[in-house]
Parts: sequence; C-alpha cells; structure tokens
Amino acid sequence: MNFEDVTKIKYDVIVVGAGHAGCEAALACARLGFKTLILTINLDKVALMPCNPAIGGVGKTNLVLELDAMGGQMAKTADKTLIQLRVLNRSKGPAVQALRAQIDKKEYEIEMKKVMENTSNLTLRQGIVNKIIFEKGIIAGVSLESGIIFNGKAVIITTGTFLRGRIIIGNKDYEAGRMGEYPAMNLTYNLKELGFIMDRFQTATPPRVDKKTIDFLKMFIQPGENIPMSFSFWNSKKVYDNIPSYLTYTNEKTHNIIRENIDKSPIRSGMVKTHGPRHCPSIDRKVINFEHKKRHPVFVEPEGKYTNEMYLQGLTTSMPTDIQQLLVNSVAGLEDAKIIRPGYAVEYDFLLPNQLNHTLESKLLENLYFAGQINGTSGYEEAAAQGFVAGVNAALKLAGQHPLILKRSNSYIGVLIDDLITKELYEPYRMYTSRSEYRLLLRPDNADNRLTKIGFDIGLIKNSDYEKVIKKQQKIESLIEMLGEYTINPDEHNNEFLKAIGTSTIDTSTSIYKLLKRPEVKIDNIFKYFFENKGADNIKTYNDNYDKDILEQTEINIKYKGYIEREMLGIKRMGKIEGHKIRKNIDYFKIKGLTFEAQEKLSKYLPETLGQASRIAGVSPADISILMIFLK
Amino acid sequence: MNKSASDTIAAIGTKPGEAAIGIIRLSGNKSVKLTEKIFRQKNRKKISQMKTFSMTYGYIVDKKEEMIDEVIITLMKKPKSYTKEDVVEINCHGGMAAADKILELCIKNGARIAEPGEFTKRAFLNGRIDLSQAEAVIDLIRSKTEQSLKVAANNIKGIVKDRIEELRKRILDVLVELEASIDFIEEDLEVTPYEVLEKNVIEIQKSIDELINDEKRGEIIKNGIKVAIVGKPNVGKSSLLNVLARKERAIVTHIPGTTRDAVEEILYIEGIPLIIADTAGIRKSKNIIEKIGVKKSFEYISKSELVILVMDGNTQIDDNDCEIVEELQGKNIIICLNKIDLKQITSKKEINKKFKLNDIIEISAKKNIGIDKLEKKIKTLVLGEEEFNIESKIIVNNRQKNILLDASGMLKHAIKAMKLKMSEEFPSSDLKLAYNLLGEITGQTTTNEILDGIFGKFCVGK
Ligand SMILES: Nc1nc2c(ncn2[C@@H]2O[C@H](COP(=O)(O)OP(=O)(O)OP(=O)(O)O)[C@@H](O)[C@H]2O)c(=O)[nH]1
Ligand SMILES: [Mg+2]
Repeated sequence: MNFEDVTKIKYDVIVVGAGHAGCEAALACARLGFKTLILTINLDKVALMPCNPAIGGVGKTNLVLELDAMGGQMAKTADKTLIQLRVLNRSKGPAVQALRAQIDKKEYEIEMKKVMENTSNLTLRQGIVNKIIFEKGIIAGVSLESGIIFNGKAVIITTGTFLRGRIIIGNKDYEAGRMGEYPAMNLTYNLKELGFIMDRFQTATPPRVDKKTIDFLKMFIQPGENIPMSFSFWNSKKVYDNIPSYLTYTNEKTHNIIRENIDKSPIRSGMVKTHGPRHCPSIDRKVINFEHKKRHPVFVEPEGKYTNEMYLQGLTTSMPTDIQQLLVNSVAGLEDAKIIRPGYAVEYDFLLPNQLNHTLESKLLENLYFAGQINGTSGYEEAAAQGFVAGVNAALKLAGQHPLILKRSNSYIGVLIDDLITKELYEPYRMYTSRSEYRLLLRPDNADNRLTKIGFDIGLIKNSDYEKVIKKQQKIESLIEMLGEYTINPDEHNNEFLKAIGTSTIDTSTSIYKLLKRPEVKIDNIFKYFFENKGADNIKTYNDNYDKDILEQTEINIKYKGYIEREMLGIKRMGKIEGHKIRKNIDYFKIKGLTFEAQEKLSKYLPETLGQASRIAGVSPADISILMIFLK
Repeated sequence: MNKSASDTIAAIGTKPGEAAIGIIRLSGNKSVKLTEKIFRQKNRKKISQMKTFSMTYGYIVDKKEEMIDEVIITLMKKPKSYTKEDVVEINCHGGMAAADKILELCIKNGARIAEPGEFTKRAFLNGRIDLSQAEAVIDLIRSKTEQSLKVAANNIKGIVKDRIEELRKRILDVLVELEASIDFIEEDLEVTPYEVLEKNVIEIQKSIDELINDEKRGEIIKNGIKVAIVGKPNVGKSSLLNVLARKERAIVTHIPGTTRDAVEEILYIEGIPLIIADTAGIRKSKNIIEKIGVKKSFEYISKSELVILVMDGNTQIDDNDCEIVEELQGKNIIICLNKIDLKQITSKKEINKKFKLNDIIEISAKKNIGIDKLEKKIKTLVLGEEEFNIESKIIVNNRQKNILLDASGMLKHAIKAMKLKMSEEFPSSDLKLAYNLLGEITGQTTTNEILDGIFGKFCVGK
C-alpha cells in the first residue's frame, strides 16, 4: 500500500499516542468494531513504563480491577508479565487492601503490542501528529509532521508527557518527550490555536543502577506472596516466580550530599518551576522539607527478568549526574552501585481537564477526546482507566448510543473523572482510596459485581464471563441466607470452639450469621469447624462449592453490613442532586445570592449536574440551595 | 403570590410596645423611590441625592398630602448596607399606630411585607454574613432576655463558627493520621498510634457533648423555666413569692386560704428567668372557689419544671403535707422550711427522715432569712454545680444542636470501632461524616483537606 492509498482510508477513530491510555482507548474502539488507527512517535515504545516498573498499589488497584471488570486490557497483560505480586494493607479491611505487581517492563511492552497487532480493526503506525484536521468545522482526522493526512471521525489525544516535553538534569535541559525520545511540539500549539487552555506540570524519575554492583546483603528482602493470585477477574490464579525487591535507607551522609549541593538541584536553581506531584517528591525536596527525618526508604526493584537494571524507588532526583552517583553510593548496599541511567525531571504541557465532559470528550470540539497524563494525571493505572472511558465513548457516540458515564457511586474511575473535571488541579492527580466517599462499597473484591454488567452491555465482556459474575453473586446471596438460618447450639463443644477462636461463648442457639458479625470471628474458622468436621449435608466440603472469593465477600457483606448500608443511604441522598441536571448557557453572574467566588467557579467549571456543582471548591451548600431554587 | 428575592420589602423594626419610636425598614431596589413618594421635607432635597449613612428630617404624607407623622429618614446605600441592598429606615415617633400607617403606605406604593427574618436572609443570600451569623441575628431579634442578647451578640461575632472550626480541625487531624496509614502504607510514615487517636476522638466527642449541654442550659437562660410554689395553706407561699420578686406581688394575710387563684410573675434569679407561680394552698376544702384554686395548683405542679414546696416549721407535719409530697413524685423539688424565725416544731431532720428528700432549705420569708441560699440552690439545680457564665459560653441554636447531636453519635460509633480494633477505614468513615456534618454548621465548602493534611504532615513519596 503506498501513501496515496493510506490517506484514502477512512478510520472511525484515531488515537494519538500509544501509552497506557492510548492502548486501552484503541483496543476498546477496535473491539467494539470500529476501524481504529493508533499513532505513536516510536513503535518500539508501546505501553512503556517510564517510571517504576509496577502496576497497582492502594487505590490504583481498584482502577485496574474496575477496568478489568468492564473489559479493559491492563490487568490481563499485567498477569502475563508480572514478576512479583504482593498484597498491601493485608492487616486492614477488604476495602483498602490492594495488589502491587512488579512488572517485567520489556515483556509488558511486547505483550501489549502483540495484543494490539492481533486485534482486528486496529492499525498501528509510527508518526508524529502535528495537527487536527477539520472539514466544515467537523473533526476529519489528523496530519503528521511528514505531511500525511489520516481521516477519522473521532480523535483521542493520549500524548502523555510529550507535548512540549522538556527534560532536565542538573543545569542541562533539552526538548524530549521522554528520555531519548522526540517531543511533540506542534500539536500543543495547534491545540492552543483551537482554543484549549494548557498548563504545565513536571514529574521526575530516579536513576537506575546495575544489579551486579549492588550488595543485597546490606538490604532487607521484600518477597512476594506465595499464594495463588491474579490481577484479572478472568484469569486463573497462580503462584508467580516472585523475584524479590529490596529495601534500604538513605542516611545523614546522603542528606548532607544533598544539602551541600542543593543549589545544583533544579528545584532550587529555578530550572524547574512547575508543580510536580506531592506523592512523588524528589529526594532533594524530601530532605529540605523534612529536615528532622533521619532516613528515607529506598526500594530497589527489578526492571525485568532479562535485565540487570534496578529501579531505585525513593531516590527520584534530577541533580547533575555526578551528584546522583555520589548520592546513590552513600546508601547502604549501593556503595559500589553504578548508575546505568540517571534520573531526570520532565516538564510537559497538559490540558486543564475542566474543559472535558464526563465522557472525556472536549466541551469545545465534538468528537475530540483527551485521556491520560495529558489531562494532568500521573500513573499508568489512571491513564489506562481514562483511555478506556474515552475509547468506549468515542465508539458509542459514533454508534449513536448512550454514553458511558461512570459515577462516583459505582467506581473509582467515576471518582477519577469527576474529580478531574470539577476540582482544581494543583499537581499531577493520583488515585487514593480517601478520594472516594463510598470506599466501603467500591472495593477491589466486588469490582466485577459493580461493573461487569456495564462492560457486557457495551459489548466488551463475553457472555460466559458475565454469567460467571451473576452466578458468583447468586452463590453469595444464597450463602448469606443460609447462614442466617443455620443456628448452632450453646453446647460445651461449640463454646469450647468459640473460646479457642478468641470470641465470647453463647448461651442461646445462635445463627452463624450472627457470629460472623463479630469482628474477631473469621468465616474460614467457622466453616472449617462447623461444615468440614460435622458434615452438614448441603455444604459438606465447602471448598468445592464456595471458593475463596465467595466466602470472602459473604463475610464482608455480613460483617460490615451497617457500614455498607450507610454508604448506600448516602448514595441515595446524593442521588437527588446528582441527577439534577443543570441546563447549559446559564449566566452565573446574574444569579442573585451566589457568592462571587461561587459565580466565578461555576462559570469556570460549567457543571453538568448539581452534584458536580456541590463538589467544586468555593461552592458552599448555601450556593447549592440558591442554585436549586434558580433552576426550578 | 410569587415571592421573589428582587422585591422591595418592608417591615416594622420594633416590636409592639417595646419602644416609644417605631422604625419602618425598607430594603430593595425600589426603597429609595418609594420613600420619596411618601416623604416630604422643607428643602425639597431628594433622598436619592443623600449621602449613604446620613439622616434627614421631614414628614410622611398620605395620598391626599396629609401629614401622618414627623420622621427621621436614614439612608444606607448598597452594597454597604445590612442586606447589601438599598436600605431606608423611617423613624417615626408616633408609636405603633403611626408605624402601622406608614407601613401600610409603603405597601400601597409597591413594597411587600417582609417575612420574619427576611432582611437577614437577604444579608445571607447577598453574601454579607455566613449561615451561623445569620442564625445569630434571627436569635437576636427573637431573644427575650438580656442574657440571650449577649449570646446572640457573641454568635454574630462568629464565635460559634470559630468553635466548630476548631472541632473540625481536631477531627481532621485524626483523619489525616488514619488516612495516611491506609493510602500510604508503602511508605515509612511515623503515624500516631491507634490508642492515642482513640483518646483524641474521645476528647473531641466530649467537647461536642459539652456544647450540646451548654445549649440546653443556654436554652433555659434564653427562655426561662417554669416554677411553682406549692404547699398547704398559710405556710408562707405568697410571702416567699414577694420576697423573691422583691415587691408586694401577692396578698399576704394570716388567714389560711388567702390565695385563691394562682399569681404568676417573671423574675430573675442569678440571671435565670423564672416564670414563677404562687398557688393556692392545698387542702381538702368544701368551698367551691377554694376547690377550683386547689385544682389549679395541681395543674401548675404538672406543668412546672421545678417545684418549691413550702412547709411551716412552726407547725406539725400533717396529712396535707404528706399528700402534697405524694403528688410531687418524680418532680424536681426544693423544700423550703419556712418561719424559722419562730419556734421550730418541725425540723429539717424530721422532713428528711419522713420524706427521704434532701434539698431542704431553712428560710424565713418574712424576715428574709436564707433566701440567698434558696436562690443559689435554684441555680445549681437548673444549671448544674459548676459556674455557668453564659457570656463566656458558646451557645448554639437548635439547628446547630441537632447537627452536633448527630456528629456526637458518629464519634461514638467511631470510638466503638476503635475499641474493637477495627481497621482504620471504619472509624474514618464515621469521622468523615462527623466532619462534614460540622461543616454544615459553618457552611464550609469541600476541598482536599485530608490529602493536604497528609502531605503537610508526613514525608510521603518514593
Ligand atoms: N413569723 C413568720 N411569719 C410568716 C413567715 N412567712 C409568712 N408568715 C406569715 O404567715 C401568714 C401566711 O402567709 P402567706 O404568705 O399569706 O401564706 P400562704 O401560704 O400564701 O397562705 P395561703 O395563700 O392562704 O395558702 C402571714 O400572716 C404571714 O405574715 C415567716 O417567715 N415568719
Ligand atoms: Mg397565699
């Protein structure tokens, strides 16, 4: 096929950028049957993890699992390429537990690219986009720096840190999207010309060192779990190789090196002026801001199975390379460590996300979507989640169907998008469980129950998978019912058992349901004792009938019923104002009674519903009442 | 009628009978034009040309240009007025009749009668005051006693808001710790131990309960409590009322059965308003009038919050006394053993033994002995042992109290979860609700306080 022919192809959707957002967006569109083109500056860097080689973490796990429940790709590819899996917050409740997977970086890229190459309707192509093309005011495609034009009905921009990217190490800086890669300069100018408001953020990454030069004996080993697990709901569980990470600490010597050279740190020298993420500060900043702290942790993580590169989580810095070497060598176990790649900071343009709708379509131009780090987020998981939502919505719109609008009450992805479009963004946005007001409901364990139906209705979840979820749910419900009816007697035997598991004895016959309400009573113990030994007919060998997930969720539903119901009540209450649509073209400055701040903020964010308006900083409950009266 | 916030509203600013001058207050776009229509002055200067916060003298006329009253006009131009709208105050000195007439004229000329508290509502809607201040003003308008005026004045100054903000801050501090240990588990944070946090929550809950209790006491101080003086005939009930009221309010004679119909009086004891009733002496009587009086005495007993039972130390305890005590079961009572200036036939000890009642005070109503003790006793019974200086207290209003009750319940729930060593997200869920509830009192908007708190306090980041 020659260039001439290429330009004649009419794509439905063009995705610009093949990072974590771009891949999910393109896969969703193509899988839904739309002719999709994904363009990237460098086809050898598809789904790259430029920062830490890990997926998951507290809060982020929920995003990955929700994506998975609706038919996203990330969890599946993670399962295929992970080299260590750990459970975080294991001692806490199920709502805040999380998975963290160390990923083989290279394998992840190869695997994701393979998936895309083998998806029908999806075309991958290398090229630098410089402009969005219009025909009679309607989106018609994109053009490349080389002059080629691709036709498409919808465009999804997922360019990460590439827009006007600038890399800084010490007092040197140069234009680049990521280390060693071209930036995208013209696209950002084009977006501004089109009327989009862009701002600038910064982020940074630590140096990588050669494994052979590390003394692991001076560090603490961080092994993975040795129990069968999986990220994806749809993969079978297994025990992974579990290549360990290591933990070491900085010390006074490290801190002194930083203090002595602080004027060379770009955050001090003025080389970096923009906001970086507070959750991922450079070691320079940590030492300055927390002077009294004697040590900071450094996690030494493998970048993959087939490489000696080790990632130094905690030592993020963009100091000059020679200082970085000194810094690294001051840490226990890293005395002889050789830096393979220095750390660096990158500054980039991002789109102020209040210019987007809940579908991630821009308010300004129809059929133009934005997803991922370009919207001011940080993290692969946050990017992937947005990519999926943008991709699905681009497709649904072309198909003339209802959009996919996830809610704060059904998913962290809903929280993510709602936060992005209604809240002031001062730093790259990262997900935390504390961002959700319904944390006890939006658990990782029930993401399938919450969202698989949505994925099925869209057409990204197989019928058989959907049925699995329904069956699982039915089993949980019938088990709960059964446990409410199954009572045990206050005999000596039973009380002996209750004492043994550290709970108080009973003096009347009591249902197992009631026993499970006690925090100290665990469903596993109960089942082992009552159903395995005694052989109650219906659940003699409970392990065969009820797998771990089902027991776990049954227990959660019983034990935390009060909390869960309270959150559901909260959702119901909010539902009223959440569903209260605000008509377009309101002049907030003409509404009497609103404070000036509220008028300004409402005009800036143009909320779609009263619920959204109520979350804008500076809009008080009194303002909402006034708005409500006005809308009547 | 469609009540819009853009109407011009008018109301009489003084309560009937309270002041010699009447004030008619107008607020809204048309208040100046409207006043010009009904106001005349010698130099024919226009009100619209007056300086803001200035006064002018003249008179109000009706349609036939007949004078209604001499008045002083005060103009407060927007936005620097109470409501942030144009405000005109008409001070007339003809008392209520004139004020009524002028208000009527204002209405005829296009104003609308303001709903109760509407001026304040506008001040709030126009962003001049916050919710707790608005409520304080409404309290101020409605307050009956001098004490409650002081409370309302404190609230206008924003004391309630400050106090609630302080409580919120304390809850936030705990939340920051709890949330840090959830979301930042991968970091090496020195989070405050759970037991310490539990103690902090218990302390916060206590502070909230204190506010709730102060509200209850504040309510008493604002609205007073009902007290009945009861006893058999001729023990000195009317004499006691008189000495407490420091005036000859009730008739006193040596004839038993003098008081036939209850006598009510409002008086202050240690700053507490008492709505106190001297009742007819209780005994079995055949006299119809006296019978009705006795029946009324019982009604007073049942509707009072505090009963002062008077006994005569100069006579024997008899069946009448016993029956009355019987009748007072479950009531808050103080016994006054009266006439101690005379020979003591019945002693404090005897009463204590016979009726198992403790609060007994020896007095002489006639000679004014022990009355100060009685007054102190009333105060401690009503407001509690400790000193309750209302001016130094923060008294929330009813809406605020209800929110505080809910918040206190949430904190109790959190404490329970912490005692059970449930993981952080559970108490956190209660604390967040309490935090948001308190925000409703001050009308706070939502922001990222918790995350900001974590980043401010801990060295987070990898
Ligand atoms: N010596 C002495 N006489 C008193 C005292 N208190 C009241 N008295 C006299 O007792 C008589 C009755 O007093 P009241 O105050 O009328 O008694 P009351 O209880 O109101 O009587 P009724 O209205 O008839 O039920 C009057 O002659 C009073 O002067 C006291 O403390 N000492
Ligand atoms: Mg009397």
